[in-house]
Amino acid sequence: MAEPTRKSFWEAMNTIDRRIIFLILFIVVTIPMLLTIGGEIPPTPPVQQAYDAVEALEPGDILMVSIDFDATSAPELMPMLKSVLRQAFRKDVKVIMLGHIAIGLPLGHMALEQIAQEFGKEYGKDYVDLGYRPGYIAVMIAMGREIGDIFATDYRGTSIRELEVTKNVHSYKDIKLLFGFEHGGVLDYWVRYAQARFGQKMTFGTTAVMAPDAYPYLQSAQIEGLVGGLKGAAEYETLVGTTGLGTRGMPAQLWAHVLVIGFIVVGNLGYFFTRRQRSRQGGDA
Amino acid sequence: MKRTVPLIITFVTAFFLVVSFFIPHEPFGALEQRMLVWFAIVSGFTMLLGVDSLIRAHTRQFLRFKPGWTQSLALIIGLIVTVVLGVVGRVKFGSPFHLQSPFMFVYTYAIVPLQATMFALLAFFIASASYRAFRTRNWVATVLLVSAVIVMLWRIVPSGHSISPFLDWLGEDAIMNTFQMAAKRGIQIGAALGAVSMSLRIMLGIERSYLS
Repeated sequence: MAEPTRKSFWEAMNTIDRRIIFLILFIVVTIPMLLTIGGEIPPTPPVQQAYDAVEALEPGDILMVSIDFDATSAPELMPMLKSVLRQAFRKDVKVIMLGHIAIGLPLGHMALEQIAQEFGKEYGKDYVDLGYRPGYIAVMIAMGREIGDIFATDYRGTSIRELEVTKNVHSYKDIKLLFGFEHGGVLDYWVRYAQARFGQKMTFGTTAVMAPDAYPYLQSAQIEGLVGGLKGAAEYETLVGTTGLGTRGMPAQLWAHVLVIGFIVVGNLGYFFTRRQRSRQGGDA
Repeated sequence: MKRTVPLIITFVTAFFLVVSFFIPHEPFGALEQRMLVWFAIVSGFTMLLGVDSLIRAHTRQFLRFKPGWTQSLALIIGLIVTVVLGVVGRVKFGSPFHLQSPFMFVYTYAIVPLQATMFALLAFFIASASYRAFRTRNWVATVLLVSAVIVMLWRIVPSGHSISPFLDWLGEDAIMNTFQMAAKRGIQIGAALGAVSMSLRIMLGIERSYLS
């Protein structure tokens, strides 16, 4: 009976059980997350621009916050959202929240209530949650003429004309800045309809995957700034002066990236060596 | 008639909305606003249609014990429970999104963790793919992988500082602000032109696939 051929080192590496890869990733991400690590993350220009856009608001100005993400993107976008709300409430800016992703809006609502309580803000007087209306393009265009036609009431069913924040808000002209938190294509529609047609000033926080989609708008000055991914969230937290999940997630992201780069290098080395080995064996035969 | 009337409605509505874009004054502005509100109402009803279709399909699956009927049963139970809790929240607290409502309890401790878990699985598949599938078989794949490595290194911030100013320039200015932006702009312009072309075809009745 022929002896089974022994696998070479690189062949063995190429056919490694994927569960070992999963385990290594789990360890590399979990351990840094369990350690409380602070530190400042130097802001990049797009994040600084987004921060400056909110910082330029005066007390009493209206900031509209759009929740266009769900739980799948919450780890990246919730830290940004909380930092923006802290910055806004610190400056006594009024916040109006709405959203185009129904399943994600409760996340935004929870963050709004949590941060409002930190600053002693009152619902109706300092902030309002308008909730969700279907048909996001129609909503965006209709808000350019009269917000009350689409959002006659807030999420509780109270008329917006009875709430101090929204009683005199009729269209984008009354909103100084829109800050959208995006994980999908809604960002394009905001720029297309609210910015291009009505000239609404806006800035965005996006997932790292979506950030490249927003760079053309940033370069053409259609948006004021861009906070991209967990690193963007960490930079924004540094600017606002807090340490949240964004900053605490940086070590985990660092090691996960190093790990993926290592996997790519080792995987390709294995590919080249086994290919060379096979071509040598084929030549010998 | 069955095809002609919808085509006429499509053309007239689309023409009117396009004209309203350029003439915001009365009566076009107010009529456009009215139509946008109707659009939002119709969108709400399409959601109801979607839920109805979902319930029918999964009820059929469950009652006939077809493969996967347990998942269909779980879906129907989840749907009923969520609706009931939402109604309870509305009646008792004025809104299902009140932080103390039972709907928000289920949302916070079931829906959010389940959604996050499903998405988190992607990280493991990416790690496995980076080891097994990302191969530099040709120069295009090599450029792609090198760019990916540079962008990943650029996003790393060890000890509060970036790795090097050159890497920052390479990642931000060279790749993100130049190459990828040029490609992204081209794609967006192409997609927009395609959308304009398709819209014109639908308006003029050349494209009728939405009628079937």
